[in-house]
This record gives sequence, structure tokens and C-alpha cells, in this order.
Amino acid sequence: MYILKLLLRNAFRHKLRTALTILSITIAILAFGLLRTFIGAWYAGVKASSANRLITRNAISLIFPLPLSYKDKIRQIDAVRRISYGNWFAGIYKDEKNFFANYAIEAKNYMALYPEFVLPPDQKEAFLRDRKGCVAGRKLVERYHWRIGDIVVLKSAVFPGNWEFVLRGIYHGRDESTDERVFFFHWDYLNEALKKTAPRRADQVGWYIVEVTDPNRAAEVAQAIDKTFKNSLAETLTETEKAFFLSFISMADAIIVAIQLVSFVVIIIIIAVAANTMAMTARERIGEYAIFKTLGFRGWRIAGMIIGESLLITMIGCLIGIALTPPAAKEFSKIVGTYFPTFRVEIETIYIDIGASILVGLCAAIIPTWRALKIRIADGLRRIG
Amino acid sequence: MGLPISYSFRNLWTRRLTTVLTASGMALVVFVFAAILMLAEGLRKTLVETGSYDNVVVVRKGSTSEVMSGVSRLQASIVETQPEVARGAEGQMLLAKEMVVLIALPKRGTNALSNVVIRGIGASSLALRPQVRLVEGRMPKPGLSEIIAGRSIAERFKGGGIGEILRFGMRDWRIVGIFDAGNTGFNSEIWGDADQLMQAFRRTVYSSVIFKLRDSSEFERVKKRIESDPRLTVDVKRENRYYAEQSERMAEFLRILGTALTVIFSLGAIIGAMITMYSAVATRTGEIGTMRALGFKKISILGAFIIEALFLGLIGGCLGLFLASFLQLLTISTMNFQTFSELAFSFTLTPGIVWKGLGFSLVMGFVGGVLPAIRASRMNIVESLRAV
Repeated sequence: MYILKLLLRNAFRHKLRTALTILSITIAILAFGLLRTFIGAWYAGVKASSANRLITRNAISLIFPLPLSYKDKIRQIDAVRRISYGNWFAGIYKDEKNFFANYAIEAKNYMALYPEFVLPPDQKEAFLRDRKGCVAGRKLVERYHWRIGDIVVLKSAVFPGNWEFVLRGIYHGRDESTDERVFFFHWDYLNEALKKTAPRRADQVGWYIVEVTDPNRAAEVAQAIDKTFKNSLAETLTETEKAFFLSFISMADAIIVAIQLVSFVVIIIIIAVAANTMAMTARERIGEYAIFKTLGFRGWRIAGMIIGESLLITMIGCLIGIALTPPAAKEFSKIVGTYFPTFRVEIETIYIDIGASILVGLCAAIIPTWRALKIRIADGLRRIG
Repeated sequence: MGLPISYSFRNLWTRRLTTVLTASGMALVVFVFAAILMLAEGLRKTLVETGSYDNVVVVRKGSTSEVMSGVSRLQASIVETQPEVARGAEGQMLLAKEMVVLIALPKRGTNALSNVVIRGIGASSLALRPQVRLVEGRMPKPGLSEIIAGRSIAERFKGGGIGEILRFGMRDWRIVGIFDAGNTGFNSEIWGDADQLMQAFRRTVYSSVIFKLRDSSEFERVKKRIESDPRLTVDVKRENRYYAEQSERMAEFLRILGTALTVIFSLGAIIGAMITMYSAVATRTGEIGTMRALGFKKISILGAFIIEALFLGLIGGCLGLFLASFLQLLTISTMNFQTFSELAFSFTLTPGIVWKGLGFSLVMGFVGGVLPAIRASRMNIVESLRAV
């Protein structure tokens, strides 16, 4: 108890300096927390994926479609419970800046495959009845102030023309990680239009979503699907939903690695700032340490005092930083929210924050402690300022 | 004025540990600042140099990239008949009907799949892109399953080297040449005969038509004529504009990220400088009093401390830029969100970035030093002389 009081008194001897150091640690922890959250946002799709969903797409690459006829062949495969399919629509709402995911999907099975998209029964009914109907996530609807019954017009980069949809339902996410900014509509609506305007592109789907009866058999089913279409014009590549998202992320891994590196740079910067404060503090108090030694205090006591003070200062900064991270993340998500579905501070981030500040506190105390221990009593007493 | 300044410099040397710690904090901030600018510059340079001002790209209306686009043979022929299309030395049209698709290829080492652009080229494609040079092997012969790979594909993708074989579209394709396209996006592409590739991928339409203008100033006229032709539903863009648009979202992303990071980091470093300078002032109270008593003006004291802070910033800035300059050796390859395809670009250091980095470090030093300097200059002579 006594030692804690001493630490507190010592820490706030230079109020301005300590306050500034705490402030800079707060900023650093805040930045670190935001960067980790930012990295986490990339992986949101992976988190939201389900173990019993498989994605089948064209083996050449995503831009090549698969024939609609594959649907029945896949359904015949053992352990396949349900199948749905969709197309990436690449729709643009008014301006390219308004980016959100939009798919043409086979609705009935799709809704059953994604139980995390919760839609009120009456809205679901209305959506299924209206071929021009569409459903949008809660966040998306809030952003554009749509209401049920509104007509939404999208311009597609892949399918020429303006496409009109009637908003029939607003879903909300079952889990926190569910993406609430997806826009989907009936695949039939797209297909019927294509039959008239571009018959060669009709009856083609971008990907199949396959639900397996048992997640343990997912690998086996994936292999069976790919084997069925081996040596055909459109060979398939089937992966679990998780692997599918991970392969996307791995394409941009250079950026993620860069952000990760930068998040460690901020920790190093802050070690420099905190170490500086401690170095100055210890430098001023060399005389006192000499007196402590004269009084018979052992080296480890003095070391404990310096390290304790350093940890005290960093932990105060750390706690303020942690407290500020969630509101800051909220603000930040308003800026980059178009690119990422969820922007949530995870509990691991807080643990890493605390770990990082302990590291900063310890590193900052190394040189001053070493100096204080090394000083000979006579030298220390002789020194001024 | 001379004495306080030399006194300040020597103070930085005397308190080496503090100086080094503060300056290295700033150096890291300048490093991050410069790295992000260099990345954005590298991206910009790559995509801007990819396109040339005199070339025109024709894609389907509303398509943001060639991959999404489709131009039928009939439409392509109509574009071909425009009088503004330039002609080469042998009278051939400088116009290429190209097909662009993406294929997923495994990377060397990691085996991770990444999307690569395959471009089916015509006879004039190479002439339209003077920046592309064949460095090894030969061009693919029309009618054969042969392809050439860009340098960064050859280095980073499995089966991308010369003499190797890639399998896609139910055929084996032999790589007969490697081309170098300097700093451009073509380095991340694979080229082959358009007719062969269209067969293999069962495509009946081209992706884009590219031609060189007979006279650069005729762009508006040809754009208006093509876009208002009822038989064509296409967009006409200058090639450099077309590639710049593809990088817009990525550049925006880098810009937001970069600004946010730099602002936050620089706050930390400024506070670090402030702590250092406040303590420099506090420990030298007596000395400041002495100097004032000797007749040095307030303004000299203010100047001395500000110069000390600026110098501290400058050390950090130079160190940070020195570290950042090594980044030029790195090449980043990542997916461009807008085109969905692999793009390789490198950190590029320009004199502009050097000046910005140095300016930024001086600003950090100044902001960190100005308050402590003011405190130093306002000290009461008698009281400060009394403090030991």
C-alpha cells in the first residue's frame, strides 16, 4: 500500500510531463486498437461463414459462370440437403461511391440456407410473391433511407441497363457478425430479362451454395461435386464458405500485412516516448536513488520503483485508450463503412492492448533502471540536476 | 543569437539518450508517412503509365473494367471503320480487338490462388503499347496455343516462367516469351492470341477495342460519334483515363488509411517532442536566467528553443526518410478491388515525397517545441536565477 502511494506521488511529480505521456499512450493504444479492429473487419466474412455451407464456382475464375443444369446434378450427390444459386450483379446505386454487395439469387432455398438473415414472415411472403421484389439489410436501408414499397433502381456494370426493384423486405442479422448491408433479389427476374436481351447469357449462374447434412462430410461432398464435372466445359471448384472467403482475403494479403506492421510501429513509437519520459525522470532523481541506496534499500527495490512507476503511467494511458476505442471505432466505421460489413472491437483486441502496454511499460523502464542500479552512491550524491 | 543556438545544439548532444528516443519516435512517424505516400505514388504511377493519352478504349456501356465488358464482333467492326483510327507504317490499322478474362493461378511458394488477367491480343496490340517490350523468347504464333507472360507473373506465379506450361480452358498453353512492361499494370498480365483464347474460353464477344487516334485532338469527335451510334452501346474513354479510374477506389482507400494513420501517429510524436522540450526548458531554468541577465533578448531564447525543436524534428525526418528509401526495393502485389485482379506495384520515392516528409517532420518539431519555447522566453529573470 505504502509503495503504491509512493509510486503515485512519484508519477505525478511532473504533472505536465506525466499527463502528456499518458495522453500519447492513450493515442497509441487507440490507434493500435483501431488498426486491429480494422484487420478484424477483413475477416468478418470468415467469422460469419457456416461450416455446413459449400460454395461451388467455376474453376477458371469467378467471372466464368456455370450452367443452370448443374443444379440437379449437384442435388443428386449424397449428403447434399439443399442448394441455391446466385449471380454477382455488380449493381451501382446512383453513383459508384455507393458500393454495396448485390446478388441475384434463387430466393426460396437461399433464405433457408442463410437463417442468420432474419426476415419477418409477412415480408418474406411479399418478397417471394413479387418477382421484381428485393430485400435489403437493415444498415443499408438506414443509409439510403429506403422504405418498404420503395422502388430502387440499380445500374449494373455486368448486365446493361437500369434495373428496377421494389423493396419488399428488410432483414436484420441474427448474429453480430452478420452482414446487414446485402441487397438481393430474384434470379428469375434477371434471367427472364436476359432471355430476351442476351439469350446466350441466360440460364447461367455465378455460383452454387450447397448445404450439406453433416459438416464433417463437407470435404467429401466438395470432392464429389468437383469430380462430377471434371473434364467438362465448366469445371468446378468447391470450397467451404470459410475457405472461399479466406481465398479472397489472401489476394489482398499484402495490404493486411502492411497494416499489421504499421500497428506494431505505433507500439514502437510509443515505447520511444515512454522510455524518454522515464529516462528523464530517472536522470533527475539519480540523487534520490543514491540516497535510497545510502539508507540501505536494495537494488531490486529501486528497480521495482522505477518499473512500477513506468507501468503505472502506461496502464493509466492504456485504460483510457481502451475506453475510447469503441466510440472511435464507431466514428471510423462511418468513413469506411461502405467497404466493411461489421466494425466491432473484439475482446482479444483489448487483451492485446493490455499486453502491449505492459510491454511498453517494461521496455521504457529498462535503461533508467539499469542506470539507477549502476550508479555509485558517491557519484549519485555528487550529481546535480 | 549565435550563442543560444550553439548552446541548444550542444544540449541535444549532451542528452543523447533523450534526443535519440525523441528523434526515433519522429523518424518512425515520418517513415509511415513517407511509406504511405510512396505506396500511393507507386499505385498511381503504375496505373497512369499503363494507359497512353493517344489511345482510346471502347468498352460496353456502364462497364468499369474490360473484364466486365463485352463488345460483339459486329460492334467491333463498326468501331474499326472510324476514320480517326491511326495507321501504322505498313498501312495496317493501329486497332486491336481484345478479349480479357480472369483466371485463378497459384502463386509460387504459397500456392494461394490469385486472379490474373489474360489478354487475347491482336496483330496491333504490341504496337499500341510502346511500353511493352519482349525481353525473352518470342511472340506467340497466331493459331497456336502459345502465350507470353508479364515479368511479375513469370516471377511470382507457378508455371509462369518461359518454357513452362499453364493449363486452362481445357488446353495446355506453352509460355514462349516474357515481356517487360516497365512500371505498368501489363506486367501482371498474360497475353495470347485473341482468337485462340476466345475458342478456349467459349467466348463469342471481344472485351474491348483499343485504337490509337490519328490525331489526339480528334478524341471528342470520335467519342461523340461512337457513343451516339444506335448500333453501339459502348463507352469511349482515353486509355490513361480508363486506367486511372480503375485505381480510384484503391487510391481513395490508401488516402483515408494514410491520413488517419499519419494524424494519429504524429500526435504521439508531437507529444514526445513536447515532453522532451519541456524538460529541456525545466532543467535549464537557471541557465536561461543567466542568459537573460547577460542581456540576451526574450526573442533569442524563444528562437533558440524553437530551433532546437526543429533540429530534433529534422534528425527524425532524415532518419525516417533514410529508412523509407529502402522500401523502394519492395514490390507489393495485391488485388485491385475494382478489377478483381492481381496488380503489382512498388513503393516510389519522389522528390516531392522527400520534401513533404521533411516538411512534416519540421512541423512536428515546431508544434512540439513552440509551447515549451514560449515558457522559456517568458521566465522571470530573478526567479529563474534563483532556481537550481
